[in-house]
Amino acid sequence: MLSLFTDLADWITYSLLGLEPTSRLASGLHFFIEDTTKILALLVVLIYVIALMRASLNPERVRAFLQGKGRHSGYVMGAIFGSVTPFCSCSSIPLFMGFVSARIPLGVTMAFLLTSPMINEVAIVLLGSLLGWKFTLIYVAVGLTLGIIGGWLIDTLKAERWLVPFLARQYENPEPAAALEYQVQQLSLRQRHQFARNEMQEILQRIWKWVLIGVGLGAFIHGFIPEQWFQQHLGDGQWWSVPAATLLAIPMYVNATSMVPIMESLLLKSVPLGTTLAFCMSAVAVSLPEFMMLKQVMQARLLGMIAAYLLIAFCLVGWLFNAISIL
Amino acid sequence: MKTINVYGSGCRNCTVTAERLTQEASARNLDVQVEKVTDLEAIMQAGVVSTPAVGMDGQLVHSGSVPTDEQVKQILDNV
Repeated sequence: MLSLFTDLADWITYSLLGLEPTSRLASGLHFFIEDTTKILALLVVLIYVIALMRASLNPERVRAFLQGKGRHSGYVMGAIFGSVTPFCSCSSIPLFMGFVSARIPLGVTMAFLLTSPMINEVAIVLLGSLLGWKFTLIYVAVGLTLGIIGGWLIDTLKAERWLVPFLARQYENPEPAAALEYQVQQLSLRQRHQFARNEMQEILQRIWKWVLIGVGLGAFIHGFIPEQWFQQHLGDGQWWSVPAATLLAIPMYVNATSMVPIMESLLLKSVPLGTTLAFCMSAVAVSLPEFMMLKQVMQARLLGMIAAYLLIAFCLVGWLFNAISIL
Repeated sequence: MKTINVYGSGCRNCTVTAERLTQEASARNLDVQVEKVTDLEAIMQAGVVSTPAVGMDGQLVHSGSVPTDEQVKQILDNV
């Protein structure tokens, strides 16, 4: 079914515009047309279908659920919820405070927050359709694992000391937090449809330009940067290419969805899997605007530790996957 | 005079929420004041988990999205 988009790109690039299939421009343009049409079409359908299913899953419900969990299952559940509940970064602060005020362990909250930008259901489906299920599985497993370990570390270090004072105080209160109750609302199909339609419009409005930028960069890499360049600079056998990719990605402010076409083009240019993963996860998870926002609730020290953890973890992941080369 | 609080860190959605409430309230000639609450501690104490949220009389009446026209009407019906 997805070959429809290849045919469309073939038709526009080669027949309508009459470009020579071997030229750089044709190769870049073909990539751009195929991926933008495919991604936008998939997004419309997927966001709607997925939103229809999870219409009744909101942060309040997740919070009530996580409050009753023990620490260790909490990290796992926190990371999983982080990957299925999408929220824009501007809502991460109230969510963070809401979790803290319910005295959900900080590590569980962090497992949620760390996983959330790396994995979301839209990115999963895009990864699956562009790069295959094997890569998708690896990506998701790595994202979840990093979230879980990160959460555990945060609690091991008793990091709640390094929140801003009004939040740190929440954990000092010896009385247990009031147990939360959440009344699950029964939604009619019509309400679900309405929710899904709004969700689709809102997400598309927010990310369509990022998709174009992502695909544009991917197309540029695909058409204009020769494979030798990558082999010389990011190829195998140079230990520093992984940390370099991780650091290089920090100023890139993209979300997981628009990162997918960039990953696709890097892998097509035979950049090693580990280096690609390190680059992409760093671009998605470590972003300056996000960290500026978290500065409102955490002391710089804790933020620095989180950034360091992520960068080190991405390097380790990169080296590991370069060493075992499974794709 | 009644105060309606719109909780949020000041992002676009919160501004839109406040605007919708103000518009509908003035269309109905209601004596209400819509106030934007951006102080983080106040937002937390109101029990907000997802923004934008709307509170009235110490109770949250809406949270997690820009309220639809229908929801705005419902909120103001209770003033």
